[in-house]
Amino acid sequence: MSETKKFLYVNRKAPYGTIYALESLEVVLIGAAFEQEVSLAFIDDGVFELAKGQDTKGLGVKNFSPTYSALGDYDVTRIYVEKESLEERGLTLDDLMHLTYEDEDDDWAEKDSIHLVTRAELSKIMHEQDVLFDF
Amino acid sequence: MSILHVVNKSPYEKNSLEVCIGYYQDGDAILLIEDGVYAAMATGKFASALAGKDLNVLRADLSARGIADDKVVDGAKLVDYGGFVDLVGSHGKVQSWL
Amino acid sequence: MKLTIQVNEGPYQHEAADSAYNFAVAALEKGHEIFRIFFYHDGVNNGTRLTTPPQDDRNIVNRWSELAEKHNLDLVLCVAAAQRRGIVDADEMKRHGKDANNIAPGFRISGLGQLIEGAIQSDRLVVFGD
Repeated sequence: MSETKKFLYVNRKAPYGTIYALESLEVVLIGAAFEQEVSLAFIDDGVFELAKGQDTKGLGVKNFSPTYSALGDYDVTRIYVEKESLEERGLTLDDLMHLTYEDEDDDWAEKDSIHLVTRAELSKIMHEQDVLFDF
Repeated sequence: MSILHVVNKSPYEKNSLEVCIGYYQDGDAILLIEDGVYAAMATGKFASALAGKDLNVLRADLSARGIADDKVVDGAKLVDYGGFVDLVGSHGKVQSWL
Repeated sequence: MKLTIQVNEGPYQHEAADSAYNFAVAALEKGHEIFRIFFYHDGVNNGTRLTTPPQDDRNIVNRWSELAEKHNLDLVLCVAAAQRRGIVDADEMKRHGKDANNIAPGFRISGLGQLIEGAIQSDRLVVFGD
């Protein structure tokens, strides 16, 4: 098998207004089976995808936000949230779902998947990737 | 590894170009296509933000929109789809700022 | 250069399908290999054979089919996205009890794994969307 690649899934759109957030998540879940080095980036309105307390009953559409909590089980442990995007939207990490994974190299200790990074830091991360996915 | 940043939306409509510029590093290139070419108008307010960047613009999209070569910001390289392909090859990966 | 192209939008509504097509043609003219063109989100609508666009403008669907035939391209419509949007081949028609199918020649319906595989096997992934 060829060496693994570093995949970054870039999410810049809010949930529910369009389908991109949901369908990009589906790519991540299917992609997990291919055991590449996966990271997710949430920039601009993409940060809204991770907002806690989503309740879609009044809309009659499926609430897919619980799926983000399952990402840890799919070996997605690096979820980058851009600090500037969060701040310009008046949000803090407390407004986002608490996403975690169990570190098999550390006695299955529960760790945070979300990393708050500045645009400059995320740019550096983006430049280190092999493949960038956009939706 | 360098990035080819492709921006296809008008900067007057979306913030994609602005965000793109925030992620741009030396060695990268920007390619404006589709409505993204409006950013390259010399008289537009985004011309200065593009200064100093390796800026490429798809000529076919400029022509379609009635933007003549001499209306494009100085320093921009006008490319055809073949040039687009070459840019993809000469940078390690592509980031489409949709 | 081995390329995988992703098309996120349907024909005519957005320029994505045109940009992707013109890019693909240019890449082939330069002797590059197109590993796969993967249609996702509304991009699956590029694969219906039932469009009747005006005669004096490009026929986006037929153009894809012809390019695929000429260069033996792999045009893949994501199955989940296609199911949501009603793009159906003979197998899907049978599987889900539909009374018709509408897939255009040169396209096939398959899973998201095809996009991931494309990204792994290719030198570059180029995404066209909105």
